[in-house]
Amino acid sequence: MRIPKTALLISSLTLFLTACGGGTTPAPASTTPAAGGTAPASGGGGTAKTVVKIATQSPLSGGSSVQGEAIKLGAQLSLEDHKAEFEKLGVDLQLVPYDDQGDPKKGVANAELVGADQAILGVVGHMNSGVAIPSSVVYEKYSTVMVSPSNTATEVTDRNLKVVNRIVARDDFQGPAAAEYAVKTLGAKNVFVIQDKTAYGQGLAEAFKNEAEKLGAKVAGYEGITVGEKDFNGVLNIALNKKPDFIFFGGLYGEGGLLIKQARDKGIMVPMMGGDAWDSAGLVDIAGDKVKDALYSSIAADITKTEEGKKWAEKYKTKFGKGPDGYSAYAYDCMSVILNGLKSAMAANGGKVPTREQVRDAVRATKDFQGVATKVTFDGKGDNTYAKVFIYKFEGPAYPGAMISEVAKK
Amino acid sequence: MEVILQTLPQVLIDGLALGAIYAVVALGYTMVYGILELINFAHGEVFMTGAFVGTTVLLVMESTGTTAGLPGWAAYLLILVTAMLFTGVLGVGIERVAYRPLRKAPKLISLISAIGVSFVLQDLVRFIAELTTGNYIVSGTTLFDKSLTVPASSAVSWLSDASLKTNTLVIIGVAIVLMIGLDLFVNRTKWGVAMRAVAQDRETAALMSINVNKVIVLTFFIGSALGGATGVLFAQQYGTIDPFIGFILGLKAFTAAVLGGIGNIRGAMFGGLAIGVLEMFASANLGLLTSGSFGAEYKDVFTFLILIFVLILKPEGLFGKALKEKV
Repeated sequence: MRIPKTALLISSLTLFLTACGGGTTPAPASTTPAAGGTAPASGGGGTAKTVVKIATQSPLSGGSSVQGEAIKLGAQLSLEDHKAEFEKLGVDLQLVPYDDQGDPKKGVANAELVGADQAILGVVGHMNSGVAIPSSVVYEKYSTVMVSPSNTATEVTDRNLKVVNRIVARDDFQGPAAAEYAVKTLGAKNVFVIQDKTAYGQGLAEAFKNEAEKLGAKVAGYEGITVGEKDFNGVLNIALNKKPDFIFFGGLYGEGGLLIKQARDKGIMVPMMGGDAWDSAGLVDIAGDKVKDALYSSIAADITKTEEGKKWAEKYKTKFGKGPDGYSAYAYDCMSVILNGLKSAMAANGGKVPTREQVRDAVRATKDFQGVATKVTFDGKGDNTYAKVFIYKFEGPAYPGAMISEVAKK
Repeated sequence: MEVILQTLPQVLIDGLALGAIYAVVALGYTMVYGILELINFAHGEVFMTGAFVGTTVLLVMESTGTTAGLPGWAAYLLILVTAMLFTGVLGVGIERVAYRPLRKAPKLISLISAIGVSFVLQDLVRFIAELTTGNYIVSGTTLFDKSLTVPASSAVSWLSDASLKTNTLVIIGVAIVLMIGLDLFVNRTKWGVAMRAVAQDRETAALMSINVNKVIVLTFFIGSALGGATGVLFAQQYGTIDPFIGFILGLKAFTAAVLGGIGNIRGAMFGGLAIGVLEMFASANLGLLTSGSFGAEYKDVFTFLILIFVLILKPEGLFGKALKEKV
């Protein structure tokens, strides 16, 4: 065979370029808001209803679409529950769902669209911290308030943006809560930590690691994996060799499920624990019956434990034909918090539709608001002071696991 | 150092399983390159399609209850053959649509159309998977799911025991059968002679009454069928697949083909196994060797460093012969 050296070099170069360019997310840019479109002429005064839109931003396609869809549906349910109430005030509420594909680039592009649509006064989302962080810069520019049902990265609110709020616990609370459970309750002494190098996974894993060390456990290893990989035998071989008595993974369920499966195949039988990203039926699909005994900390409570929550879940199920996912109730509460802010801003504005700045400040001022899943009071940064962390355990290949512990902020 | 030696059996086993997969995928690259001097960069996606076809057939068989009466090996063979036929035909189709019209065009043009084909396949599979399951990450069942222990410690005291899934043995077995079969086919049969003749000189081969187009179609069929078969092996080994698995894996298999000498079938096998083992070794031991400053996440760097070094220092690869340009 002849070997044209230059041809080979060029080919591989081209390939590397494509690898850098679109390798991680070769997704088509094909998302436009599904709803909306029929906005009647507003601002005419008189009897015409003013259209107010609230957007959701979550991955509706791709690897986390199950959770992303749940966020959209939760928000939708709340919006429809409040629709009649706002109609009386002369406001026609509409939902505009955006698909951020779990991709920061897509999220920012959508955020620009949200900013450009003056009728949008608030955003429920994003699901991923890594998407929320760059997108919220755009919201800040347009003063569009954002309330996230699931962002846990500390940086989300630590930047002190006026528009950014979340109703769930932060990584520097969730990670330590998981570590506390591992060390104090399970008596882990030699922990092995794996993370997926994303803003979410690394932040959570580091928070876990630091707290575990503080509580006196030894960290036998701290290794990284790549999102999208399927073979984790390398990392697991290190774990096998360090003989840990507890493995913590900061990352998503796609990799988490495979890690559980491959670890059990290798004969690593120690408890394995993940963060709230494991709080998904997807983990069970991937890990199969090996998921038994896997633990996860979650920022979402099992709402079916209370009578009221059960009723809510049934309503959700009859409406959408499927049960709520972990974040559904939180997305519901996010929407309710925004609408509550909108209502008080309207009252303060003499019954007229308020500006984005007024809604933003009214949402941040939320105090003791009772939602379905959690009570909400925002502190100065936009963190919810009532946020809690819950520990779950899979008792078999069925989602969700059983809630076994609950950690409140000290 | 001790620790590295201790884990060696486990690293070798995992590395060989991964390497066998790289090797069979690399065969597809090397065959097409050998004949057309075209790097079929859509090959990684053919591999991925094979994984999806195999898993789909398995899931369908399960939902209709066909697997219950069938022994595991028969089900395995069935999904393997289905995936091979499907991807073989797919490969022929790709050649017909994306490469044959460009056969006289500059090499770079067909390279670009190859990359185009791979994106089309990725999104097509993603679309179909999302349409049917609502999620593009698909999990199938593993047919050979038992774990075995390799008692390395009783043979040599300072080694620790390794464990492997029975499926790993199946992978290595099937890969060896495919590789030997291909080697025999190319070296011992009339069609194989024709393929080698076309590889050496297309025009002269045509003058010797060889139907060049038929040979090229056959090459694409075999190469893609091998890719599809590996997809099934991969899906069985790791249990979960998504439409993007072909991309990085394709790059690594391509590196394997280059390392062994692109166009050289035995070279591709060697390159695949070498890269699989190296990658596994790197991911298990990088942290130890650099005392924690580089972790397992840097394993991919090594494969691509090899690619660059081979291309710069020895572009004909380890087993390839450097030939002068034809006049």
